[in-house]
Parts: sequence; structure tokens; C-alpha cells
Amino acid sequence: MSWLKNWTWPTRLRDKGIIGMNRRNIRYIGRYNSRRLYPLVDDKLKTKLLAQRYGITTPELIGTVTTQFGVKHISEMLSGHSGFVIKPAKGSGGKGILVIEKVQEGIFIKPSGVSLSIEDIERHVSNILSGLYSLGGSPDVAVIETLINFDESLMAYTYEGVPDIRVIVFKGYPVMAMMRLSTAASDGKANLHQGAVGVGLNIATGAALRGVQFDRPCFSHPDTGHDLASLVVPQWDTLLHLAAGCYEMTGLGYLGTDMVLDRKHGPMLLELNARPGLAIQMTNGEGLRRRLDLIEHQPDGVPVAERVAFAQHHFARQSELVETPDTSSATA
Amino acid sequence: MSRLPFYLIVGLLLLVGIAASVHRHVQFEIPWLPGEQRQVWEIEAVINFNAQDGPVQVDLALPSHQAGYRVLTENTASSGYGLAYKADELGRQAEWTIRNAAGSQQLYYSVQMLVSPDARSPVQTPPELSTVPPWESPYDTAASQLIDRAWARSANNATFARELILDINGERQGENARLLLTQEQPSPLIVRLLNQADVHAREVSGLLMEDGRRRQTLSSWIQVFDESAETWTLFNPTTGEQGKPDNLLLWETGGRAVLEVQGGTNSRVTFSMLTHYQPASAAVRNHYSDDTLLNFSIHSLPLEEQALFQTILLIPIGALVVVFLRVLVGVKTSGTFMPVLIALAFIQTTLLTGLIGFLLIVAMGLIIRNYLSYLNLLLVARVSAVIITVIAIISIFTVIAYRMGLSSGLTVTFFPMIILAWTIERMSILWEEEGPKQVLVQGGGSLLTAVLAFLAMNNPWVRHITFNFLGVQFILMALILLLGNYTGYRLLELRRFKPITDEEKSS
Repeated sequence: MSWLKNWTWPTRLRDKGIIGMNRRNIRYIGRYNSRRLYPLVDDKLKTKLLAQRYGITTPELIGTVTTQFGVKHISEMLSGHSGFVIKPAKGSGGKGILVIEKVQEGIFIKPSGVSLSIEDIERHVSNILSGLYSLGGSPDVAVIETLINFDESLMAYTYEGVPDIRVIVFKGYPVMAMMRLSTAASDGKANLHQGAVGVGLNIATGAALRGVQFDRPCFSHPDTGHDLASLVVPQWDTLLHLAAGCYEMTGLGYLGTDMVLDRKHGPMLLELNARPGLAIQMTNGEGLRRRLDLIEHQPDGVPVAERVAFAQHHFARQSELVETPDTSSATA
Repeated sequence: MSRLPFYLIVGLLLLVGIAASVHRHVQFEIPWLPGEQRQVWEIEAVINFNAQDGPVQVDLALPSHQAGYRVLTENTASSGYGLAYKADELGRQAEWTIRNAAGSQQLYYSVQMLVSPDARSPVQTPPELSTVPPWESPYDTAASQLIDRAWARSANNATFARELILDINGERQGENARLLLTQEQPSPLIVRLLNQADVHAREVSGLLMEDGRRRQTLSSWIQVFDESAETWTLFNPTTGEQGKPDNLLLWETGGRAVLEVQGGTNSRVTFSMLTHYQPASAAVRNHYSDDTLLNFSIHSLPLEEQALFQTILLIPIGALVVVFLRVLVGVKTSGTFMPVLIALAFIQTTLLTGLIGFLLIVAMGLIIRNYLSYLNLLLVARVSAVIITVIAIISIFTVIAYRMGLSSGLTVTFFPMIILAWTIERMSILWEEEGPKQVLVQGGGSLLTAVLAFLAMNNPWVRHITFNFLGVQFILMALILLLGNYTGYRLLELRRFKPITDEEKSS
């Protein structure tokens, strides 16, 4: 029965506390995420303005384009900015995000080295407005924000793209975290199913627990060759506090927060997700069930600092990457 | 949050559904299985005309007992009209009369025909030969040449008729035939020529029976009297084929007009039909007499609506298949219920033609959509362009299929074009963003779902159950509600999360 090798039993998954799609939808998203709050996170512009009000750091807003007429004035808006990012307010899955690293004499250069003209930029913005990248194709708004000056300490762990940190926040408690490192296979995108490396992070310290690419364990970055065991996210406490604060900000009980580390400003909130995926269980090698059950029994109204401390205390784990150095170096 | 109300609702739905089904089974003796039954056709004729503000008389020819079919019951609906049934040696007629009518009028006649292969047509005698009006020159020579040619190549009345039909309608159509066809329609011409050659022949009207068809019209056929066998034989006036197709019901055999309206204009008659199976005992009994509220049933609706419902009632089955595959298996589809609509189209086209047609249309659409993306259009305009493209592709395929003699290719027009356009649009975006692999995964998932939904919806037993037992709809509703409450793993997740459970073993 060779084809059975790739399958497991439901009881084994339940023992590990793995949460399936149906359970996530009914038990957590359906119960803790009120539908009327979705627009807050589905619209990146709203999220951004809300975050500013709650004192949560986000990349600085250069401006927005709301009408096709406004597209013609985009060059005035961009003048004086050397690097910027244009994204659709209602885009999903990283679609329609255009990153410009630097501007040289009216030529816009992407991180990959491809150069674009102002007409290309205008066309992209026009596409965003017509709803090319938004959910359901509804008309959209283009948001232009400053380029993140990515923290150099993590540069060695990524290929081309910006590594982001996903923290699942349940009822205000950070329950699980992972870092997504783009690879050549994922084309500089931080999407796990396209081949990005997912690194499970210890909630207590921000240190790497284990790495996974294409659902299989890996110990070093496939392109840069850098050992994942030494990966520790700097300013981890600040990052957790920011993530946990998003609960008060949105009111969503089951939330995926995507954070990045800026050289100058430290951890920043990039976007929020009301339907975070389940791949984080793969990168942590652990199911969410036990942690979520524990949090469900905690009282409401606990301040952010206490929630973070609670999570760091209860969800601390040993790294699988350094536990057995002999085997890991041999495999690497 | 208590789940009690939920389970109460589900329980209630199940109870109502099962009770209603059992009631229908016991009360009306409708069996659970479709077999061992008599087939009954219900045919409804709708007469439409505009009355001219005065007395109106409408005569409609009615079908009689005939080979293969027996009249069970007949009903009319015509408010304010006087009604009389008349019968003579040429056939039966219904006559509606009214002193004063104005505006658009609708008259209904419905009949139940029992399919009984052993039914025989009543004894038939040839009518007097109608006096053939003589042809004028030069048509007279053309007519006699045609008759002489066919006569020389035939042995008896039947073969003579066949040869004549082929000379007039077939590939052998010559100049003589073309000349005569400028004077008369093919069928009357054939009858006239047969009569001219002293062969008893008449033009009759028949209805080709197909389940669930609406707004059908009668087709013209030719009957020739075979003197040696003393029976009428039927010919297809276009192909010359001899014999009656099984699904042909002769509506009018006297050679008279099917519909005659005095005092009205724009009159026409259309037919809807539906077949269902009844136990032999119930088939003979008219069971609509005791309509009560408990017997609330779509079977009391006019036939045209019933035929529509036969398909509509299958949609929940398709929805159940989709819910099952998405919630329990985890199949990815492009567009949630797109597969159900495709499956509905498959019912019309048959599976193989449908699959080939669908793949061809989507593949062609993707290629053209790929070009459209270079034009950099706004979304609504682009999807509209894709819709027109899909229509163009379907038309081209239909014409090509027809030219190649593949009549099954004509059915691709049953595909829902707007849905296909959106499918192509979504697939194309998916291709650009996630690569061809995801297109294959989601497209394959959609097709698999559509095929499974088709197999479920096309199953004779499922069709029988959903149409005859409305209570089943409640049961389906309860099942879908239960599936919507399922928090367990999907089948494909057992594969996805497999690596996690592996390490537990090794450590």
C-alpha cells in the first residue's frame, strides 16, 4: 500500500492538536471574528489609519490614489521619495504589490533590477483602481507608503524579498509565530506554498524552532546557505506587544498579524489577516489546539503586557535546530 | 452558545422530510424505485391568439388511441368558454366557443397518454381519394415526369412513396422537383403527387416526445395506405424513412388543420411534455381529484412549470455534492457552485461531449484572454469581451460540429456562457499569479466536482426520488446543515499535515 504512505490518520492529527480548515472556520473565525469587523483588516488603508490612532507603528504613508484622474498626479506625489511601495488597499495574498527600491533620473528600479518608467507606474496604479487585484474585482484604492529599510541582521536569511513575521493572536494573546523567508523558488515572495521557507519561532525568545520548505524540514536557507539555528528575531518583546495590541485595535479574536523589522523604527505592522492560514502549524511542528484551548479559559480584559508575559511563559519551547547539533550539521 | 436549536432544526427537517416522503409513498403508491412501472406522458397544449372583440370559435385537433399510446385522461382550462368534444371518422376535435372576447387569449388542453406497446390503432379504411386539382403548364409535365420516374423504380405503394420523397427532398432532387417546390411546400407536394398517382396518402401532424421539453411544435409526416396490408404506413417527409419512431405521437391524422380559430388573429399552439412513471394500477386512476393541503405538490402545477421543476429540484443534489467535496474532502474548485451549472449543462449535452466541449471552450478562451491581458482593459470591459469571445467560440464549434456531421456537438450551446466567461477570467488570473499548476489543480477540481455532480443528478433513481418526493428536499437541507457544522479534518488534510505526525514517531 505505497500510496497510503503519504496519508495519516485523523486520530494522529487530533493527538498532535492540529486544527483543520473546518474547525478553524467554524470554531475560531466564525465564533471570534465578527463579520462587521472584517473591513478593518481587508482594507489596508483602514488598518493603517486605525493603527496610527492606536499608536501601532506602520510604514509611513506617502499618499493614496482614489480616482483614475488622480493617477496623472502620481509623479508629483512620488517626487522626493527614493524608495516606495504601491499596494492595493483591498488586495489579498500579496497580489498587486509593487516595490520600487530607488529612483534614478525618472527611472524606477525594482529590487530585482528591472527598471520601470512613470507610465508603467501609472498603469499599475490604474489597474489597482479598476480592481484588478482586489477581492471580487471591486474598485479599489492605491496606497503608497515608504519602503521599509529592512533590518540587516536578518538579511542573510532571505533571498531578494522582505522576510515577514506572522504572529497568530488569539483573544489578544500571541499564540504562535513564524517567519517567512523568501527563496529563489518562491520568486522573492514570502508565500509558503510557492516555496518560501517557514521558520517556527519560539514565542518566549523569538529564536528559530525549526525550518520547513515545501512541508519538509530544512536546516539552512536553500539559496544563501545560512544556518537557520542562529536566527533570532531582534526586539522580540516589542514585536509581541505590537501584535497583541492589534486585538484591542480591531476587536477580532482570531487574528493573523504580519510584522516586519525596520532598521530605524523597529517592528512594524504590515497588515492584518482575519483568516490566517494553518501552515504555521507545519512550521512550528505543533498543533494550535492546545494553546487555543488554554487561552479560551483565560478571563477577558487582561492588559497587553500581562498577556504577552503569559504567552511567553506558557508557550516557551526548545529549538529543534540546536537540540541535536550533530544530525543537523550532517544534514545541512 | 448552545447548539441545541441547531440540532432541533436539523431533527425537525429530517422528520418532516421522512414523514412527507413516507406519506407520499403510502398514500399515492409511488414506489421508491423507478422500475416496474408504466410510463405516462403528460402533454399540455397551449393555444394563444388575439381575439378581435367578437364571437370566437376555436377548433383543436385531439390525439386518439393509436399504436403505442393510449389516452388516459384529458382536461381543459378555458375560463368563460363553452367547450364541446366532437368526433368523426377523421379524428377527434375540441371546440371552444365564446360570444365576446377581446385581447390576448390562452386556452389549455392537457392529456395523459399511457405508453403501451401492445396498443393497436383502430381499424382503418382508406378515405376517398380527394380530387387532385390539375397542374398548370409547365408544372404538369414536371409532376408526371417525377411520378413516372419514381413509379418505374418502385414495386408497391410504400416504395413508390419512398422514391418520391427522395426525389423531392433527398440528394437526388432534380430540376422537376425544384420547379414544383416553388408552388408548394414539400409535404403537401408529396401528398398531392401521391394522390395524383392514385395512391392514398395524407399529411399528418405528430409530436416528438422528449422529456421535459417546452414550447414544442408539431412536425409534419406523411401516411401512405398500403392496400395489401390494409394499414397506413408512416414516412418521414425529409428523409423518406419508413415506419413510426417510438417517441412519435400522432396528434392529427385526418388531414385537417390542427388549429382553426375564427374571430382571432396570431393564433398558435405550443406543446409541453413530461414523462413520469406510475405503478400500473395508479396509472389508470386519476389521482388529482383529492388535492388537499397535505398533498401540496408541484404535480398540481401546469406541465410547463413541472418540466422546469424537474431540473430545479436536482440542483440541491448538485449542491450537496459540492458541499461534500469541499467540506469533507477539501477539493479546490474555481467558483463555488460553478461545477453545478456545468453539471446541469452536461445533462443536456451528455458527459463525453460536455467534457470535450468544456475543455475546448476554456482552452480557447484562455488563449484569447491571454491576449486581452496585453490590452490592459478595465475589468468589466475585459470580462464582457471574454463573454463575447465565449459566444464566438461556441458558435464556431457548433458550426464546425454540424459540418462534420456531429449532431451532438450542437448541444454545446447549453453551456452557461456568463459562467464560462468568469471561469476563464478566474483561471487566467490564477495562471498569472500562481502558475499553471494551480490552474490544473483548481480546474481539475472543478471538473471532477462537475462530473460527480452530473453522475449524481443524472442517476435515474435520484431523478425519480427528487421529482416524486418533495420531502427529500428537507432531508437534503438537513444534511447540508449538518455538513456545515462539521469541524473535523478534511480528507486532503490527512495528507497535508502528514509530515508533522512523522517526527513524533522518530523522536
